[in-house]
Amino acid sequence: MIAVYFLVGIPLFGAILLGVIGHKQAGSRINLLLSFLTMLASLYLVFIISEQHTLGGDDSEFYIDSLNVYLLALTAVVGFTTAFFSSPYMLHEAKVRNLSDTRMRLYHSSYQGFIFTMLLGLSTNNLGVLWVSLEGATLTTVLLVSLYRTPSSIEAAWKYFILCGVGIAQALFGTVLLYFAAAKVIPNVEDSLLWTQLFAHAGELSPVIITIAFVFLLVGYGTKVGLVPLHNWLPDAHSEGPTPMSAVLSGLLLNVALYALIRIKMITDLALAGEQTVHIQNLAGYLMMGFGLISFTVAVLFLHRQRDIKRLFSYSSIEHMGLMTFAFGLGTPLSTFAGLLHMLVHGLTKSAIFISVGHAAQIAGTQSIEKIRGLIKTQPKVGWGLLIGTAAIAGFPPFGIFTSEFLLLSSTVHTYPWLAIPLLMGLSIAFAGLFKHIQPMCFGEQPEGQQPVNATMWPVFLHLFIVLWLGLAIPEQLSQWFNNVTILITGSGVL
Amino acid sequence: MIDIIDFKGWILVIIQTWMFVFLAPLLVGWLTWLKCHLQNRSAPSLFQPYKNLWRLFHKDVLLPKHASLIFRMTPYIIAGVMLIAASIIPLFVVRMPSSATADVIVLVGFFALAKFFQSLAAMDIGTAFGGMGASREMTVSALAEPAMLMAVFTLAMVAGSTNLSTVVETIISQGLVLRPSLLFAFAGLVLVAIAETGRIPVDNPSTHLELTMIHEAMVLEYSGRMLALIEWSSMTKLMVYGVLICNVFFPWGIAQHHDLYSMFIGFVAVGFKLMLLAVCLVVAETLLAKMRLFRVPIFLSLAFTLSLLGLLSYIILEVG
Amino acid sequence: MNIMLLTLSEQAILLLAGLVLFTSFSLLAQPRIVAAIRTFAWQGLLLSIVTVMVAIDTGLHHLYISALLTLLMKAIFIPWLLHRLVHKMEFQREQDILHHPVLVLLAGGILVIFCYSIALPIKQLSNSVTQPIIALSMSMVMLGMLMLITRHKAVSQVIGFMAMENGLFFAGVSATHGMPMIVELGIAFDVFVAAIIFGVFFFHIKDSFDSLDVDHLSSLSESDS
Repeated sequence: MIAVYFLVGIPLFGAILLGVIGHKQAGSRINLLLSFLTMLASLYLVFIISEQHTLGGDDSEFYIDSLNVYLLALTAVVGFTTAFFSSPYMLHEAKVRNLSDTRMRLYHSSYQGFIFTMLLGLSTNNLGVLWVSLEGATLTTVLLVSLYRTPSSIEAAWKYFILCGVGIAQALFGTVLLYFAAAKVIPNVEDSLLWTQLFAHAGELSPVIITIAFVFLLVGYGTKVGLVPLHNWLPDAHSEGPTPMSAVLSGLLLNVALYALIRIKMITDLALAGEQTVHIQNLAGYLMMGFGLISFTVAVLFLHRQRDIKRLFSYSSIEHMGLMTFAFGLGTPLSTFAGLLHMLVHGLTKSAIFISVGHAAQIAGTQSIEKIRGLIKTQPKVGWGLLIGTAAIAGFPPFGIFTSEFLLLSSTVHTYPWLAIPLLMGLSIAFAGLFKHIQPMCFGEQPEGQQPVNATMWPVFLHLFIVLWLGLAIPEQLSQWFNNVTILITGSGVL
Repeated sequence: MIDIIDFKGWILVIIQTWMFVFLAPLLVGWLTWLKCHLQNRSAPSLFQPYKNLWRLFHKDVLLPKHASLIFRMTPYIIAGVMLIAASIIPLFVVRMPSSATADVIVLVGFFALAKFFQSLAAMDIGTAFGGMGASREMTVSALAEPAMLMAVFTLAMVAGSTNLSTVVETIISQGLVLRPSLLFAFAGLVLVAIAETGRIPVDNPSTHLELTMIHEAMVLEYSGRMLALIEWSSMTKLMVYGVLICNVFFPWGIAQHHDLYSMFIGFVAVGFKLMLLAVCLVVAETLLAKMRLFRVPIFLSLAFTLSLLGLLSYIILEVG
Repeated sequence: MNIMLLTLSEQAILLLAGLVLFTSFSLLAQPRIVAAIRTFAWQGLLLSIVTVMVAIDTGLHHLYISALLTLLMKAIFIPWLLHRLVHKMEFQREQDILHHPVLVLLAGGILVIFCYSIALPIKQLSNSVTQPIIALSMSMVMLGMLMLITRHKAVSQVIGFMAMENGLFFAGVSATHGMPMIVELGIAFDVFVAAIIFGVFFFHIKDSFDSLDVDHLSSLSESDS
């Protein structure tokens, strides 16, 4: 348990510390050091869980099991690599855009604060604290989206704040209803919001209330996942903020929100298991499938129209989150396994892409797709990183995303064969859209006067290497965890 | 008990009607007296409205050349409606023989009848101000009636009937119950009453500027006893609304048995309540300014919202 | 459940709940920003009074702390903060443009009925005095959202957002007689930080756009980018 306290406490301490001294040269170094320590704590936790399987019990405030341990490790690792990328990048941006000391303090402090809220949300056992941490994640990043103070970034931050705030408020209502249902069945009322208790007593919860609560929670947390039609804040927020922010927002926060949905779906499925018709029994699954499919389709179609490179990849995030929601909604062991794998590889790939995109935008001086050209000629590492990253996210074998999409498709063909058609069509349309935009950016003629920049590309290649590894051969421990979670969620395993 | 040939009951009805007739100008006099004192002016005597009416009754009637039958009949129709209203609203005693017709919706219908004829008469003579006043009055009442009916529905749901007498009796019998629905219906009905009787902030009853008139513009052409009847009708209307509000929402004191002692208590109670209501009305009139005409719909939609809230409160809060 | 069967204090709880709903409606239709802030403060005050009365009625002591938190945050701190901001930016005479206030009020009424119908199944499962208030709190949340949607000035939108949070707090009090203390503290802290961030935000918006009209904040859309 000490590891958990360290894991959560280091970013919190860092947020407070950097709020005071974050503007100095050493600020970004301290940020990096703290992220490194957080990563060590998470790896230690991974080691503990591989021995013990769960940490924390029925009434503890923190609960680590196979579902969140790998997400915790992912968050800490990506946090570290992005912090590494962010040090020189933000120094450059601070000079170019004339950011004041206060803003640099705000940036570093919010970065650590954001990591804190995500880690807290992932490791807590209390669904109320989960809500608080997701709202906290919104709050810590709002001012960062508008860091550059351009009119469009202020607009993006306002939309982000209001839309996510309204969405999260629905989730709070759902949480209240969940507490209402739970307080009747769980012996100790104080523990009524603990997930372990809810999961144990899920069969006794009133189905009527749980249905209403689930709808509110789906709408609420679904806003943060980026499900259509509640996604309007996502392209704006992810494209207007500084690139390290986009990387962690796209790669990590969406995962945490989806994790919250998964935990709640687990309870809902058990609570509704006794209902009369199959349609009501699987209500949670059908809703998630519906929203996921719509998000996937809409995002895929919108991909083609984008003119800003970060917005392009934000829509790609929406597409993949839609896929994952669909996978968890489908609910078969194979699709759940695929979804879990997808969460991992998508987080890694998306953050890598955003790092490359950040450098590409620095090279070309703009985020507009039409004006970025000849990246490979100017700075091969950036160009190739972007190209390989895009190939990975589009589902090229042998990268991990291909594996998870393949597993999802085969599961879909087994259960609802006709749904595989829109999925396949969407995947090809996304593929075409991404490459239509990326190919001229990487391979075209480089414009006059384009200079290479000081780029830290090793995080990108590290992430892509891990994704490649996961595509070819998933380590046994990891697949064991996935299998455990699949058994928890669906009742039967894959392996 | 209610009997077709209940002499005592019918005498009570006649007494009540004459009380309305005679006390309405006193109420208006009291209102004017209060307002003047509040605004630091010297007040006319309390019985000035009586003197005005007496004077008007003794003046000649001057009819416009093209006035039709409607113009001549309207004052009598309006006076008749007011007499009917005066006879059915419980002033100091409930369960009179006329209470069987004391349905609130019928009352609203009667008032609508009076308004209809008044508007027709205003348009009949063809002056610009008449038409303007008529259209404004219709606008106000078109928006005020839904609000009033909504408040009435709330009352009906609380008491289980639309009969005024039954409503009053039921509310007394329930004792002290804090009902949000009645609170909202009361607020809505007060706003509607202000609009219907033409008080500030909807209409200034003492204005002499024709362009700001709503009610007065309709009666510009009347003179003599016709004007007297119309003036007296509007005073009675004010008293009717006042008694409605007082006796339905604060019915304590009203006589439920037909013996002299409780009737005396009932009379004193309603007199006291009317005096208090007049004080509140005068304070509100002094504090508020008259609204511009296009803001009156918003005022009335506020009244409608309050009444609607009352109904919703009843369904959601009071009956689970 | 019939209101005549409740004690006088329980009736008072329901009466105050009705008044809180009325403040939600009046927020919808109030164009003047300073008056809207004042109405919001009244709403917070009424909410804390209701919470205290529920605490007395049910005997749960943590509700006193919740009531105090609500009073400090929603009735004192946030209105004071908004007041100060509005005066600093010299917006106190500004009026929000309300399109079709009558239709908005009617839509509010329909939302209340809709929320009542959603909350009907919960009716059978709760037998506390505050059970009718669950529907009211849900409609307060919806009315707050309606206010957010129909307003054009940033300050009014923030008030709508906070009114939504009021509804959620009310839902917590009425459905479950308060949430666990740690969750309540977390929510209060979140609202506090959100209010401060809103305050900072208003200055940014004003600096960039020279007005708090939200219509300026709609240039990022799919048709251009």
